[in-house]
Amino acid sequence: MTDLLPLDRLASLDNFGHSIKTVAYRYRPTQVAEIAELFRLAERNSLSVALRGSGRSYGDAALNAGQIVLDIQRMNRILEWDPGTGVIKVEPGVTLQQIWQYTLEDGYWPPVVSGTMFPTLGGALGMNIHGKNNWRAGTLGEHVLAFTALLPTGEEVTCTPEQNSDLFYSLIGSAGLLGVFTSITLKLKKIHSGNVRVSAWATPKLAGMLQDLDQFKADYDYIVGWVDGTNRNGRGQIHAADYLHGDEDTHPGKTLSLDYQTLPDTFFGLMPKSAMWFFMQFFMNNPGTWLVNTAKYWMSATLEHRKQYIQSLIAFNFLLDYVPNWERSYGRGGLIQYQSFLPLATGPDAYLEMLRRAQKRGLPTYLGVTKRHRPDKFLFTHAVDGYSLAMDYKVTNGNRARLQALANELNEIVLAAGGRFYFAKDSTLTVDVVARYLGDETLQRFRALKQRCDPHRLLQTDLYRRLLRPYVDGDAPAPSALVAASAAAD
Amino acid sequence: MASSTRSPLTPSPVALIIGASSGIGEALAHRLAGDGYRLALVARRTDRLEQLAAALEAAAGPRLGPGCARVYAHDVTDYAAVPALFQKILAELGRLDVVVYNAGLLQPVGLDEYDFAKDRAMLEVNTLGALAWLNQAAQLFERQRAGHLVGISSVAGDRGRVGAPGYNTSKAALSTYLEALRNRLSRHGVHVLTVKPGFVRTEMLKTAARTFWVITPEQAAKDIAAAVRARRQVIYTPARWGLLMFVIRHIPSFVFRRLKF
Repeated sequence: MTDLLPLDRLASLDNFGHSIKTVAYRYRPTQVAEIAELFRLAERNSLSVALRGSGRSYGDAALNAGQIVLDIQRMNRILEWDPGTGVIKVEPGVTLQQIWQYTLEDGYWPPVVSGTMFPTLGGALGMNIHGKNNWRAGTLGEHVLAFTALLPTGEEVTCTPEQNSDLFYSLIGSAGLLGVFTSITLKLKKIHSGNVRVSAWATPKLAGMLQDLDQFKADYDYIVGWVDGTNRNGRGQIHAADYLHGDEDTHPGKTLSLDYQTLPDTFFGLMPKSAMWFFMQFFMNNPGTWLVNTAKYWMSATLEHRKQYIQSLIAFNFLLDYVPNWERSYGRGGLIQYQSFLPLATGPDAYLEMLRRAQKRGLPTYLGVTKRHRPDKFLFTHAVDGYSLAMDYKVTNGNRARLQALANELNEIVLAAGGRFYFAKDSTLTVDVVARYLGDETLQRFRALKQRCDPHRLLQTDLYRRLLRPYVDGDAPAPSALVAASAAAD
Repeated sequence: MASSTRSPLTPSPVALIIGASSGIGEALAHRLAGDGYRLALVARRTDRLEQLAAALEAAAGPRLGPGCARVYAHDVTDYAAVPALFQKILAELGRLDVVVYNAGLLQPVGLDEYDFAKDRAMLEVNTLGALAWLNQAAQLFERQRAGHLVGISSVAGDRGRVGAPGYNTSKAALSTYLEALRNRLSRHGVHVLTVKPGFVRTEMLKTAARTFWVITPEQAAKDIAAAVRARRQVIYTPARWGLLMFVIRHIPSFVFRRLKF
């Protein structure tokens, strides 16, 4: 017997960059019991369920074309807050924005944040996000004290680093493919000011930038590089920031207030920022980006070079929110991001090669961002002791195939350099590449976990079917065999 | 899987063809597969569908990946089964970009024959089946703010003639329904195409008395695929039927009711 899902539930769902469009049956439960019921509905009808937060994944990790999407955004209650210890317990649909706005006045800030404040905590943990302090603070998952989750089997589990630790280190970071977080307990960071002290300097070459990220990381709490993707040498600018300590902020009561932590509505007091994306789109082409990047670099090398200034926490951390709807400036085709993680030793050469390869193919990245990372022990960890480079790409109907071809070339460079990838960002990997960077052992563990937590394969996403299902249900029992088979097919 | 070129950046669109086992539907399946579409093929005769799917997989499989043509057994007069089957097709293919209603039935009747069973059968297949399927597709396309709805109507729907009252009615109703859908959905970015073929060399033609300007299903499919790309509203295939039907549509009733066709 088939249950008919109401067509009214069909919703257009896409990725953060609006470049991958799908339609799916969207359910927005508020209770754990409704989630359990939804799993049964899916099982009865041979359908699958994808978990989705606020849809900030750059690829297809929160999409489930033609099937069910469980949107957790209405499960957004803050359950417990202890201003004495900085421990907060929330439902999975609570966003980073909700958390910092709730705790800031008590002097607490999320220990790890993304470049936008809108991700839900459930989504952020599903991906195990990192920030501009990854080498120091690790991923968000490292600050989780405990979580409860509902498995597709109907089992409810409580996980901490000690209790059910195998599930703790796999549900976090497994892209929502093993279970649904139902509550999350997180330890926040004590801060003494709503400001950070920012230092900025220009770096004429990519190798020098990466060296600086490594060398100066000990001096700062956050460090991040901007790379001019149109420049042969990968010139750019580093921004590094420190929390203010002790009495460095004379008015902490003021800077730790919501009134202070606001992003301005206008640029230069004139141009409404809500209209910025519209004007930016005229520069979202190769010559336009070259012009903007060149101007930006020379600003950074002259007026801004070796300057220190004070900036609010949200202005420094949430750069992506600074221009509302910035992603729309990429036009109707939207954008993707290509991000890879490389070890210290191979990073500089390989990243320069990747930048130049992209330029050679006529596809320079319009935004390049570098960060410094450290490894962690989560199942699908993306981090390494080294660097990351994120490259944003405009997608048009005319360049989709060329972009994919470029990504295939870049993948080979990353693999040869011993690098890794990140499911929150990915839209270009292929099945064989996943096995080559994750390895047999990780995929076998995932296969066993999937069998235990989700024997009926109810949790699926477009990304799962694209990259992981062959290793879970494939005819080839061992990932290595599948790699060999796909290599032979090529 | 790795050998297919599909990725989130380079997805392949999907076409659903209802009435795909022969004739225009079959030819359109070949044409659209050649254009990079994956296919959901619906018809009663699964043996023919399976053959078609195998041929399509052999031709397009290397490019579009395994499972690029899927087969669904269905009788279009089983209206109650349509929503569940539509849900299944959407889930299995992941998306729909083109939905073609091609199922059609022509029961020849004599000039003095009034056979309700025949008329009813034609209306059930040609009209009610289309309503059942396209109502589903319309709701999906409205929500995704994109998509092509294609109805294979007929030149026979343009006038009521002495020779085929039931068939004329079924196709006229389909054409009117498609026009209404177009008026409902174009504001949501959905394209609705009414196709009015003349004589096409299909099984249906075997029962036709006099024929002329006969084209192959492949020629009709070529016209239809081009009209989808160009977002045409109404096409005649071959195109010269447009001129002929313009004349016929304007024959005054006092003349038309004296004619023998």
